[in-house]
Amino acid sequence: MADIGAVVTAEHVSPWVDAWRKFRRHKLAVASSIALLTIIVAVIVGPWLWPVSINDIDFTARLQPPSRAHPFGTDDLGQDLLARMIYGGRISLAVGLAAMLVAIIVGVIIGAIAGISRGSVDTALMWVTDLFLSLPQLPLLLLIIYLFRDALKDVFGVEMGVFILIVVVIGGLRWMPVARLVRAQFLSLREKEFVEAAQALGASKTRQVVRHILPNAMGPVIVAATIDVAAAIIAESTLSFLGLGFPPDIPTWGRLLFDAKDFLDYAPHWALFPGAAIFITVLAINFIGDGLRDTFDPRRVL
Amino acid sequence: MNETEIHGMVADVKEGKLSRRGFMQRLAAFGVAAPTAWHILDFHGVAQAQSLTAYKPTKAGGGGPLKILLWQAPTLLNPHFAIGTKDQEGSRVFYEPLAGWDNEGNLVPFLAAEIPSRENGAVSADGLSVTWKLKPNVKWHDGKPFTADDCLFTAAYAADPATAATTIGTYKDIKVEKINDLTIKITFEKPTPFWADAFVGAAGMILPKHVFEPFKGAASRDAPANLKPVGTSAYKFIDFKPGDILRGERNPDYHIANQPHFDTVEVKGGGDAVSAARAVIQTGEFDYAWNMQVEDEILLRMERGGRGKAIPVSSGNIEFIMLNTTDPWTEVDGERSSVKTKHPSLTDPAVRQAINLLIDRESVQKFIYGRGGKATANFVNAPPRYVSPNMKYEFSIDKANKILDDAGWVRGSDGIRAKGGTKLKYVYQTSINAPRQKNQAIVKQAAQRAGIDIELKSVTASVFFSSDVANPDTYSKFYCDIQMYTTTMLQPDPERFMLQLVSWEIANKENKWQGRNISRYSSKEADDAFREAQNSLDPARRTALFIRMNDIFCGENILVPVLARTRMAASSNNLVVQPSGWDLDLWMLNAWFRP
Repeated sequence: MADIGAVVTAEHVSPWVDAWRKFRRHKLAVASSIALLTIIVAVIVGPWLWPVSINDIDFTARLQPPSRAHPFGTDDLGQDLLARMIYGGRISLAVGLAAMLVAIIVGVIIGAIAGISRGSVDTALMWVTDLFLSLPQLPLLLLIIYLFRDALKDVFGVEMGVFILIVVVIGGLRWMPVARLVRAQFLSLREKEFVEAAQALGASKTRQVVRHILPNAMGPVIVAATIDVAAAIIAESTLSFLGLGFPPDIPTWGRLLFDAKDFLDYAPHWALFPGAAIFITVLAINFIGDGLRDTFDPRRVL
Repeated sequence: MNETEIHGMVADVKEGKLSRRGFMQRLAAFGVAAPTAWHILDFHGVAQAQSLTAYKPTKAGGGGPLKILLWQAPTLLNPHFAIGTKDQEGSRVFYEPLAGWDNEGNLVPFLAAEIPSRENGAVSADGLSVTWKLKPNVKWHDGKPFTADDCLFTAAYAADPATAATTIGTYKDIKVEKINDLTIKITFEKPTPFWADAFVGAAGMILPKHVFEPFKGAASRDAPANLKPVGTSAYKFIDFKPGDILRGERNPDYHIANQPHFDTVEVKGGGDAVSAARAVIQTGEFDYAWNMQVEDEILLRMERGGRGKAIPVSSGNIEFIMLNTTDPWTEVDGERSSVKTKHPSLTDPAVRQAINLLIDRESVQKFIYGRGGKATANFVNAPPRYVSPNMKYEFSIDKANKILDDAGWVRGSDGIRAKGGTKLKYVYQTSINAPRQKNQAIVKQAAQRAGIDIELKSVTASVFFSSDVANPDTYSKFYCDIQMYTTTMLQPDPERFMLQLVSWEIANKENKWQGRNISRYSSKEADDAFREAQNSLDPARRTALFIRMNDIFCGENILVPVLARTRMAASSNNLVVQPSGWDLDLWMLNAWFRP
């Protein structure tokens, strides 16, 4: 046994190295990863490198274009846009990623259970999914926010309370497409020979799902996840617009864009920077998703 | 200037020692603008001059189409069911009142032959009745004659609780009699100094009896004419899509010679204030748009294009901050902010005074509202004779800090002041509107420097201003510590407006939060002053009483006025409009023209 093991080790490439090799071939994905990483590092260490207050009002410096004192310019109250972008980026990215995780986790669990079980459980879960798809989102949002906003605010404070609420609300209303994708994948994968082989070897249902079917179903899920991050960042700004999101003085990227829209023709910098930030982030995440799908595609060989 | 001095001068005018013009000038010297002084003279039986509008065209028609943009679009066209100004504006295109208010607070006759006054004997000396003479030979759009019966019907229609008219308050306590086909007499229960309410302005539009008679009372909402009006105005109805578009054409039988100038009128809805401003001022697609809630900076830049302009019209509207002296965070008998509770910190006058000192009105005016408002320390800002000379405003963080120090509010380790475990932490709410959010940010920052922590909250306008009993975020529920909005003054007399300061109007659960006193603060002195003013036929005394009420609420810093707002409209450069801060935007649509 040991001898055979030694032979295998010589040719063995760990799955992670293999994945990296595949990912590396996707040039756009690599570039996107660098861009996204830069943005994430910037919003994390930014406040130490650029220690300017986000809400210092200075009427003598209103709507200034980018300059040495204000690298991203100022808004119409003379507040520094770079500082606001850094602060807002933390919230927007955190909301986007957390909401995506909620959507993916719920979607994968429900999709997997529905896909592997036959009969009534599958039907019932798909009914639930259809039900959620047909819910009117806006009235539901209003209801949830009125019911739980104050309670969460008391427990977690203003920003954290709203953060949890928004992540749960956005994530909780976006898992349905993921669940359907996962179920469709399961329906075809569970009839495949390798699953039957595993079953013949005595693998339990759980093992079949976790070790064999799920890894092969992750491709489309990752792509859906990347789209969800983008959608969550945009949904957060929609909520701010309706007055249901963060308090109006917290400069999330969506809020910055909303405030800037009326000044687009004579203070374009105000809208361009947050707009570009959202654009680059969303695009980068999409390319990374593309790269990851190729990476995890078992049928793709180098 | 006190009431005795005014009385003395009025006597001089009567005797001929002082000319009308001299009277106006002297009052102006004391800050009382000439035009609004008409009321003082009117009550003393001195004739008022009619203000005239210069209408140039010498024949009716030929002006082509007139395109108006009401970005909040009308949804129905019965003025007595109007929810908000948008429906009143839409209705005013087709219906007319007996008289309207011009920009200087003077009455201008539409369906009346003349304006009643003490001098012509139409307003009785005891203040218990007023007689209107109607204009002869006026025809409804369907050709039937307009008579006193239509006025009587309109009053009865609106006063009937089963009709559920929004104007019921104007008509329920008056008695209207027909003297002859062209004369009506309105009788009041008590001496009423402000008689020009029924049949005047936005609530005064008269409906045709022959069209609406079958639909009085419970069937009122079924009337086809609620969406297809038959009026007396300069434009006849063509078609209407609720919430979208309204079209009318010139009425060839209009009762004012040579009017109107335009052949058709189109009122389009949709979009928001900024896009409406763009459509009129920048691109010139439309001729007129109303309600420009837009930063002045944006309007000024658009105006450089040269196609249109913003028209500021002074009004009695006031943007103000309200401090809650009841506790918004404790529920008592199913309601928060109940008068049975006391706010833990805002009941301290020192805290309220400090907050007043932290509002940088000058900057808000200069950098946000521009022509859209004027910094003020008074709740009542128009007409000028009702403006209190006693209130002053100041922005001083140092003074606020000193007042709080002296009152024993000490800064904690987090920089927030506290006394006996109570922290100065507040929630400050307003509606979603870019200038208001900026105002909030400015106040928050100043408060921070004085050791007061403010959490900002913004509520979408359709919720904030709704009368939905189930919603906790409406302005009338006031479930927070501080709130800010604009309250509108619809008539050039503050009586209705002052209802916001009396104890029996306090908004609470019993009246489904429909009471007009939102601050919940009351004072016996203010209540007494209001009751006396309501029936006082002496205008100088009345003025003094209203000023006293203003001083009580502003002096106690319950109401913290920020800006006296001007109404902003946008008009194309080749259009002459007749704006008025005391009536609807379209109150004199018949006299608009292109030069």
